[in-house]
Amino acid sequence: MSQQTIIVVGNGMVGYKFCEKLIAKSSHFNIIVFGEESRIAYDRVHLSEYFNGKSADDLSLSSGSWYADNGITLYLNDPVQEINRAEKTIHSLSGTTLKYDYLVLATGSSAFVPDIPGVEKEGVFVYRTIEDLDLIKAYSANAKVGAVMGGGLLGLEAAKALIDLGIEETHVIEFAPRLMPRQIDSAGSGMLASKLKSLGLNIHLNKSTASFIGEGRIEALKFNDDSTLPVDMMVISAGIRPRDELAKLAGLQVGTRGGIIVNEKMQTSDESIFAIGECALYEGMIYGLVAPGYEMADIVAAWLSGGSKAFYGYDMSTKLKLIGVDVASFGDAFITEPDCRTLVYEDTYKGVYKRINISNDGKYLLGGILIGDADAYNILLQTVNNKIVLPPNPEDLILGSRGGEAAEGAGVLSLPDDALICSCEAVSKFDICSAVNDGATNIDSIKKCTKAGTGCGGCVPLVKDLITGTLKANGQYVKNVICEHFDYSRQELYDLVKINKVKNYDLVLDHFGKGDGCEVCKPVIAGILSSLWNDVIVKQDTIQDSNDRYLANIQKGGTYSVVPRIPGGEITPDKLIVIGQVAKKYGLYTKITGGQRIDLFGAHVNDLPQIWEELIDAGFESGHAYGKALRTVKSCVGSTWCRFGLHDSVSFAIEIEDRYKGVRSPHKLKGGVSGCIRECAEAQAKDFGVIATEKGWNLYVCGNGGSKPQHALLLATDIDSETCIKYLDRFLMFYIKTADPLTRTATWLNKMEGGLSYLKNVVINDSLGIVEQLEEEMQQLINSYHCEWKEVVDNPDLRKRFAHFVNAPEVKDPNIKFESMRQQVKAQW
Amino acid sequence: METLTDIEWVLACYTDDVPANGGACIKHGDEQIAIYNFTRRNEWYATQNLCPHKQQMVLSRGMIGSTGEDCNPKVACPFHKKTFSLINGECLSGDDYQIKTYPVKVADGRVYVGIV
Ligand code: SRM
Ligand SMILES: Cc1cc2nc3c(=O)[nH]c(=O)nc-3n(C[C@H](O)[C@H](O)[C@H](O)COP(=O)(O)OP(=O)(O)OC[C@H]3O[C@@H](n4cnc5c(N)ncnc54)[C@H](O)[C@@H]3O)c2cc1C
Ligand code: SF4
Ligand code: FES
Repeated sequence: MSQQTIIVVGNGMVGYKFCEKLIAKSSHFNIIVFGEESRIAYDRVHLSEYFNGKSADDLSLSSGSWYADNGITLYLNDPVQEINRAEKTIHSLSGTTLKYDYLVLATGSSAFVPDIPGVEKEGVFVYRTIEDLDLIKAYSANAKVGAVMGGGLLGLEAAKALIDLGIEETHVIEFAPRLMPRQIDSAGSGMLASKLKSLGLNIHLNKSTASFIGEGRIEALKFNDDSTLPVDMMVISAGIRPRDELAKLAGLQVGTRGGIIVNEKMQTSDESIFAIGECALYEGMIYGLVAPGYEMADIVAAWLSGGSKAFYGYDMSTKLKLIGVDVASFGDAFITEPDCRTLVYEDTYKGVYKRINISNDGKYLLGGILIGDADAYNILLQTVNNKIVLPPNPEDLILGSRGGEAAEGAGVLSLPDDALICSCEAVSKFDICSAVNDGATNIDSIKKCTKAGTGCGGCVPLVKDLITGTLKANGQYVKNVICEHFDYSRQELYDLVKINKVKNYDLVLDHFGKGDGCEVCKPVIAGILSSLWNDVIVKQDTIQDSNDRYLANIQKGGTYSVVPRIPGGEITPDKLIVIGQVAKKYGLYTKITGGQRIDLFGAHVNDLPQIWEELIDAGFESGHAYGKALRTVKSCVGSTWCRFGLHDSVSFAIEIEDRYKGVRSPHKLKGGVSGCIRECAEAQAKDFGVIATEKGWNLYVCGNGGSKPQHALLLATDIDSETCIKYLDRFLMFYIKTADPLTRTATWLNKMEGGLSYLKNVVINDSLGIVEQLEEEMQQLINSYHCEWKEVVDNPDLRKRFAHFVNAPEVKDPNIKFESMRQQVKAQW
Repeated sequence: METLTDIEWVLACYTDDVPANGGACIKHGDEQIAIYNFTRRNEWYATQNLCPHKQQMVLSRGMIGSTGEDCNPKVACPFHKKTFSLINGECLSGDDYQIKTYPVKVADGRVYVGIV
């Protein structure tokens, strides 16, 4: 068979998926792709992660060589400008003319920009491509107030991005009387609005914008009700417009409101031309989500390679990806009585709203809305899509079963075999369960052999439930084990190691494990061994994470950072001078950290012992910035200088930091002490925080900064310093003994049955009868403190390990290079 | 089977230069080679030191271990924990990377790496 030529116009998500599907089905085609953007197809769905540290490379859907490796010719930066249907050729911007047998239009859509006076002003953006995000990022550096036009799915995502970019004041302007009008009802929208307000968003409903005001650049918005809102920048997210201009020019049929009309085979009005993804209009509908686009790609790929498959519409259920707010709608979310029975659960205090619509006979779930807690989204969606008969008490679906037998029928295993679990990759329940039975018993191996969960990732929790469910059904006892080498949870292993007094990894593996260990169990056990015995960790260096192995944080390029401890953030001028001298001598970049101390970056592994020798001579100790251990106890200046200070917060912070320094834990630990309720030390954002009161101290626990911030909760009120330390000893030791690996105190408490009141009972009321033991164990750890850097500096054998080349210890890694930046150095890489 | 004729055996280091159940890096001209002392299995391995994921010269500082029923030996890059088979250099974390492996011989406390 001679090779047929398929030309794909558009190298977006769906265009790419089409190529992937076609080459998987057949090698008979000569595939040529034209893309208007300058980069290879990337993950637009996770575009916002570009602002949270993902690079353009990370977002790429394939490696750069993928196209060539698969025999696909790719023209980037080269939009197709014309289709000649009679000749079956296309003509591109760069002047290329090529003949096709079949043409696939995957031109996607563009942001809809309403025709409002002033819309062309500088500072007005859309949110669709990586380039848009680059422009927004650059402009936001000088902007204080930002607004987003449109309170839909994308608009809210854009608004969150503005907050993440550091815009001080962000507004959302929505024309409709509620947020996400297409997905959720007004009660849900009200709950969502109040959640978003607590994230710092200002929400304006029922507002239509009349014009954008400003000289050249946008300065304010003027609304139809004549009110104005000053803004420095604006992101428009008012909907999408299918890119049908090329098709229109070629005389293909398009819809009156845009979109290339296709039939159930995705054929346009010209049967050699297909349209897929967001540019295709099927039965009057544009599918603005990626999963239906992938389904369309599959249909065309199947048809071209001799199969037959048709499109019959697609489920538009969605889950919003905003960090910190769960929002989902599924199935028929808006249907109301008398066409159905609606159950609503509302908790305004926690900000939870759940609605499910049930058929009048009580048998089937029709759809629903989840705000504030969308954990049940996947299973509810499956219940709708697979017409699963509901249990007798359907309210259990949103409340969880309260006592008694677990609700039958709600479990994952009751899904039919052909239930679509991963819609991005079209993987069914049967595929996943078979893979589990064939030995793929963890999420990574399932991803590898079925591709489930590799698209948007939304189905991962459901896949995990299926793995557990299948294993259980096979009679395998499933528990939270560390890895394939140990059939124990961290807590079980902690107890075993303790009772049997095992002191090194190899013995732990011999006694309680199997195989040769791995990068998961080694650091976990290293942590347990240190929490129990507090031995010099570099004695067992090869079971430590790289940072612990070299007692420094590894960075891009392979250099390390040096963080001496500066308890409570207090430091003498002499010590500051030493830090400066050491940094100068070894060419290190210095920065004040967010933890009130100084980080010296860019050290060669070979220089670390010498650097530390000099720091230790000046009285410094390791800051454990590399370890799962106590980091800093942040202080405010307190009563010694501050006119509001009630007690000496600095002294207390230093006392606490010195007490717990070097103690290893399941994750890092941070503390804070503030001298009054103004809370300048941000103690309530820490794993433990102490705030001065008129009568003593208030002790807060289990706060967290980081990606999922959470305020600490009040454990005890108006206690004296001694009691505070006693409670801290108990609290920390209880955490160290019982938390899962890499679980911060906040997450540990969130998972704890009984929550804060249980914790209070254990720590204060001694409900488990263990407080004396906890205090003793903590005291042992404190007594065995040593500065691990001092141990290394004083021990020639240990020092020897800090070399890049063992056969040329004096040679530094020649790959490490520096350049200058703001009068300091920066690693090139 | 491998033909030993075109392999050049280079003295890489001494056995006690490489920590038990861990790795170390050696310099061979401009090449950086990671040597692993898998004490637990009484085996030695060598791979390129460069991790193909983000081009970092760090594999020798990674943790070693094994995976699967047949205890396939592997090293995990310390940066993002991609794992590679020590036997054939295949990436075991599901990516398309491949790293170079070298044969290793140990005699009289000396470690030799075979360069093809
Ligand atoms: C240097 C510093 C940033 C700065 O320039 O200010 C920093 C740098 C790093 N942080 Fe941080 N964090 C620093 C303060 C913070 C803070 C602020 C604070 O401590 O008050 C937070 C939020 C508070 C919190 O932890 O609750 C913070 C939340 C994180 C997180 C997220 C933790 C979470 O629970 O979500 C990580 C990732 C992790 O630990 O898994 C992280 C991880 C890291 C690592 C270790 C990433 C890594 O593994 O390489 C960075 C190492 C840099 C290096 O090479 O030395 N860093 N990091 C700060 C060092 C403080 C110190 O003196 O020790
Ligand atoms: C910020 C954001 C968040 C999103 N979140 C979600 C989500 O959570 N869930 C979800 O399902 N969907 C989400 N989407 C929508 C999803 O990204 C789209 O449905 C998907 O990208 C559509 O794929 P596509 O290939 O049809 O279009 P695109 O990915 O837009 O690709 C079309 C490509 O064709 C190119 N092109 C156009 N005309 C030509 C021409 N003449 N010649 C050559 N090339 C041309 C365009 O430049 C573009 O690169 C989100 C979108 C954005 C912007
Ligand atoms: S917390 Fe209180 S004591 Fe500390 S600096 Fe602020 S106002 Fe002063
Ligand atoms: S650099 Fe090795 S895993 Fe990323």
